[in-house]
Amino acid sequence: MLADKDRIFTNLYGFQSPGIDAAMKRGDWDGTKALIAKGQDWIISEMKESGLRGRGGAGFPTGLKWSFMPKESDGRPSYLVVNADEGEPGTCKDRDLMRHDPHKLLEGCLIAGFAMRAVAAYIYIRGEFIREAEALEQAIDEARAKGFLGKNACGSGYDFDIFVHRGAGAYICGEETALIESLEGKKGQPRLKPPFPANVGVWGCPTTVNNVESIAVAPTILRRGAAWFSGLGRPNNTGTKVFSISGHVNNPCNVEEEMGIPLKELIEKHAGGVRGGWDNLLAIIPGGSSVPMLPKHICDTVLMDFDSLREHQSGLGTAAVIVMDKSTDLVKAIARLAEFYKHESCGQCTPCREGTGWMWRVMERLVTGNAEKSEIDTLLNVTKQIEGHTICALGDAAAWPIQGLMRHFRDEVENRIDTYRAQAAE
Amino acid sequence: MPTLTIDGKEVTVDAGTTVLQACEEVGVTVPRFCYHERLSIAGNCRMCLVDMEKAPKPIASCAMPAGEGMVIHTDTERVKTAREGVMEFLLINHPLDCPVRDQGGECELQDQSVAFGGGISRYDENKRAVGDKNMGPLIATTMTRCIHCMRCVRFSDEIAGVDGMGSLGRGEHTEVVTYLDGLLDTELSGNVIDLCPVGALTSKPYAFTARSWELTETNAIDVMDAVGSNITVDTRDGAVMRVLPRLNEDVNEEWISDKTRFSYDGIKKQRLDQPYVRKSGKLVEATWDEAFNAVKKGIKGLKGKEIAGLVGDVAEMESMLAFKDLLGTLGSKRIEARQDGAALDTSVRAGYLMNTGIAGIEDADYILLVGTNPRVDAPMVNARIRKAVVKISLTVANVGSAEDLSYAVEEFGDDATLLKAIKTGRHDIAKALKAAKKPMIIVGQAALAREDGAAILKKARDIADKYCMAEGWNGFNVLHTAASRVGALDLGLTAAGGIDAILDDAEANKLKAVFLLGADEFDSAALKKTFTVYIGTHGDEGVKQADVILPGTVYTEKSGTYVNTEGRVQRSEKASKAPGDARDDWTILRALSDVIGETLPYNSLAELRMKLMAAAPASRTLDTLPTEEWGDFGTDGEIEKGGIQPAIDNFYLTNTIARASAIMADCVSAREGDQQEALKVMGGSHG
Amino acid sequence: MSTEAKFAWTPENEAAAQAHIAKYPEGKQQSAVMPLLDIAQRQNGGHVTQEIIEYIGDYLNMAAIRVQEVATFYTMYNHKPIGTHHVQVCGTTPCWLRGSDDIMAACKKTLGIEKGETTADGKFTLGEVECAGGCVNAPLVSINDDYYEDLTPEKMVELLEKLAKGEDVKPGPQNGRQTSAPLGGPTTLKAFVGKGKGA
Repeated sequence: MLADKDRIFTNLYGFQSPGIDAAMKRGDWDGTKALIAKGQDWIISEMKESGLRGRGGAGFPTGLKWSFMPKESDGRPSYLVVNADEGEPGTCKDRDLMRHDPHKLLEGCLIAGFAMRAVAAYIYIRGEFIREAEALEQAIDEARAKGFLGKNACGSGYDFDIFVHRGAGAYICGEETALIESLEGKKGQPRLKPPFPANVGVWGCPTTVNNVESIAVAPTILRRGAAWFSGLGRPNNTGTKVFSISGHVNNPCNVEEEMGIPLKELIEKHAGGVRGGWDNLLAIIPGGSSVPMLPKHICDTVLMDFDSLREHQSGLGTAAVIVMDKSTDLVKAIARLAEFYKHESCGQCTPCREGTGWMWRVMERLVTGNAEKSEIDTLLNVTKQIEGHTICALGDAAAWPIQGLMRHFRDEVENRIDTYRAQAAE
Repeated sequence: MPTLTIDGKEVTVDAGTTVLQACEEVGVTVPRFCYHERLSIAGNCRMCLVDMEKAPKPIASCAMPAGEGMVIHTDTERVKTAREGVMEFLLINHPLDCPVRDQGGECELQDQSVAFGGGISRYDENKRAVGDKNMGPLIATTMTRCIHCMRCVRFSDEIAGVDGMGSLGRGEHTEVVTYLDGLLDTELSGNVIDLCPVGALTSKPYAFTARSWELTETNAIDVMDAVGSNITVDTRDGAVMRVLPRLNEDVNEEWISDKTRFSYDGIKKQRLDQPYVRKSGKLVEATWDEAFNAVKKGIKGLKGKEIAGLVGDVAEMESMLAFKDLLGTLGSKRIEARQDGAALDTSVRAGYLMNTGIAGIEDADYILLVGTNPRVDAPMVNARIRKAVVKISLTVANVGSAEDLSYAVEEFGDDATLLKAIKTGRHDIAKALKAAKKPMIIVGQAALAREDGAAILKKARDIADKYCMAEGWNGFNVLHTAASRVGALDLGLTAAGGIDAILDDAEANKLKAVFLLGADEFDSAALKKTFTVYIGTHGDEGVKQADVILPGTVYTEKSGTYVNTEGRVQRSEKASKAPGDARDDWTILRALSDVIGETLPYNSLAELRMKLMAAAPASRTLDTLPTEEWGDFGTDGEIEKGGIQPAIDNFYLTNTIARASAIMADCVSAREGDQQEALKVMGGSHG
Repeated sequence: MSTEAKFAWTPENEAAAQAHIAKYPEGKQQSAVMPLLDIAQRQNGGHVTQEIIEYIGDYLNMAAIRVQEVATFYTMYNHKPIGTHHVQVCGTTPCWLRGSDDIMAACKKTLGIEKGETTADGKFTLGEVECAGGCVNAPLVSINDDYYEDLTPEKMVELLEKLAKGEDVKPGPQNGRQTSAPLGGPTTLKAFVGKGKGA
């Protein structure tokens, strides 16, 4: 288990004040000027060395992403955009970081913004997080009042400001180019890539979009050194991670742990174990709703990091663990996710707009068993017709949960069809 | 210049070419719905997916820039499956009633489904039903058919420059709409019908009148304005069923205005289908012989100087030449085509042409509009200006009445005296003209039709001479509104004193006979005492004082030569049958010449065209933007202070065909209705 | 004849709108359309109207159709009047696993309305939302600007009854736990417990 001294988010639960004085006592805004003084190259190199991979789901190396930003301006300003549109079912970690430890994020914005030569950061927070947005606004005011933001931020000679932009209810805005569209005051419909945001982002300017957690851990990494961070976890899967553990556990919670912690240990140590005991476990969705579920026998041993979960045809995603015990109607659980994706499809491209509704309707019938067995293959084929054919990853995200269900629990679905038929025949 | 490999074929393409365009260059067809070469790239239909080596998943070829060393495959199993998948998705919520729908037989969805679809649907759920929208009198909607390609929305936004269309909601509930279910308020609206790849947006007037495979297509030239838009006239049994644009990159690209597309019902209405002779003050039906003899009687004993002719706005060159020749045999050279009184000058051909050309607008970096509203005077020219404004940040300045042209315009007021300051170089416009590399000045009929029109023409000429000339660049442009005008000027159909003098002399009884060749755009009351012969097509202004009416043909009913505002000579072919006894105008004139004087020296259209080449040498070269010698024209004179009034009152009602069209009348009343609705809303919320 | 007053910002909201516009680079005021719709919706008592859409379009120099596209794309803009308390039950899988169906049933029974309806007295509107992002505190409902978490049907009824009576209710977990920490106390960072006020 991760030692408390290695935890970055020491006020994860908000036992202490989120205010700037308390935050500074916890170590935030400590020597920021000196970190900046080490220069862009040093910061980016240190971030690369740390092995930090994006905490928003895709796991792209953060330092590398920053290095894509132009070193010299062609006249256009550069921007950092923080993706705080947390909405992947199962995931609620950024909420805690913003309401309880906002100064880590703000300091991270300044340092990351400086490293990528951005003039400002926009934190795009989901619209429903009204109190969290208020917490951020207050923290920004505090940091401005202390001279940590604004002109000559932290006395570094660098001018930088941070603004909060609230969304208004659209999961798709968690996709970085949809987020950029939304930030420009439009419908959140993903853009075609290329061009990539580092070239043409918000308002046509170079832009990097990073998850809250990826930015918020940066100051601590730089203060404690890349080696410290990369010493945690496993190679290519380094550092600490905030996990959300929801569903059928005794004590659902968020917790910061070391990357690569065994899934079972994570649940038993922090979430009070599976309801009814580990043997009552049926399946787990280990990384937010988009990743395929794992049956118990894999959960017994799997490690919680990118590579380990990938080996089992799932993914770390946002590290949101959704636990389902043996009482769970898995078909219904996935049907509900299918409904979610249908509801959140932006409607722009054909496979997702048409396919998510199709999948959901078939799933609803599979819940009752009112279907032909051949429809399972048709449904899987439809998931394949969506996967990889859409503008953004929402299509994939909608397809994978169904693929995961059928991969591990097809029998269950077929049995239900048999039962329905038997009842209908009576 | 990247080189890439497509299905084993290597091709080098211009930088910026997309993979889809590169595929076309090597003759590989890539299916698509949302992609349209004149619209921004949407990439939303996903039909154009192809495989790119080293890419983990298929790429949208419409959006991917061709890159050096790319290896593209369009014929893999994965591509086939992807296309079938997209096709199936597009069809699951699309009604399959193609046999009874208007788009049937010319539907991209239908065609591509046959070519690239899987052949069956596995979708057993209920299909989505979407409520139809009201988009005004021209566009019928069946929104259940919509596949959300957004071509119409992009067209409205990008090409037409109006904010009328959008898509509301999201996901499978996304609906394409006009704002508040209102009119798509652009004179280019009909183009969305052509753009719609399915049958969601169709032509309301054409609805269920014909099937595409029953129609005969004829290439023709439009006469609704002086652009000479290239069109196809679709007929069935000799009747015009619809008008569609025909691609001409230099003229109208692939668009046409709503007047060009939808005024065709006016061809059939209020038509003069037999000769008439006025007896005891009333027009009574007559035979051709009776009519010709009535003309003979009416002009008996008149001297040439007692006879004049007026030429209308839609005449083709052949009948104008025959008209000129006929009046010539009567001893009259007094023929006037400038019904609006525009002070155009025939001394230098460059002096009455749009020398830069319509396509040349895309090379310009500054345009000064003088007395023209191109949006109503010539919507295709306006669309081209907008294109350049959007794509290359062309600056447009205006001296004239300020109107919404669908793009940003620097307005300098409507006072014509500004031209003096521009010429001297003191005005900001002069500085901008001077700074520009390829500036244009476009002079409209509104400026030239003023009393001081000749002085304005001269001043505009001098401004152009000073600022708008460069190597291979003549920036002086006259934007005409009448399809016949340049042809008439090429034939020298102007008379001293213009139309005003003719009408004055008629009122003063100095003129005893006036021949009208489809002339309807003037107040005919002045001809009360004059013996008036009207050769034309509709019961409009020209027949009011007519003593003899000789029924002619409209543009779709004859083969004719037209010269557009650029001086481009174009030939239109006969598509539809003339009604009743109506005949081609030149044959009427030829037959009349037999009765009243000297027989005109041509027995066929071919012979007439030989004469035409002699009379108007420019007419020898078809389909080419001419390069004319620059020279001096216009008349020095005082320009009066005062505003330039717009040339056109109502875009939809500019000629006899359009005025006879019920569809055009619907367009007018739909707009009036919108205004009243707006007033009601405002009144309501105040009260 | 309508007697409704024409929509216009209150002075406070005008200032708030200007503050939002000022966040974005010059000429990019369209970026403020979402916050402005939110402010206008609040000023208007909970929903936006066509008049508001056009007002904001004019205010930001945006076509009304573009504002309407935004207003209909995002789910937090309401297009018809809503009750004083907008009760939105999260029904996505993490909440569903922990009984959101029962929470919804309790709401329907207590309020006597179905999803999408408003009580006759105009106090409550009931709705379902997609994942609210409080999954470790499931099941939860959002009521106006706050989340009420770790609910049971009984707690839900109690909450609604208090709101109906105009009594104060405390947002956050309804089972006594500290935000997202495990019930019964954190398993980590115990040294940081109790040194300050919670959120």
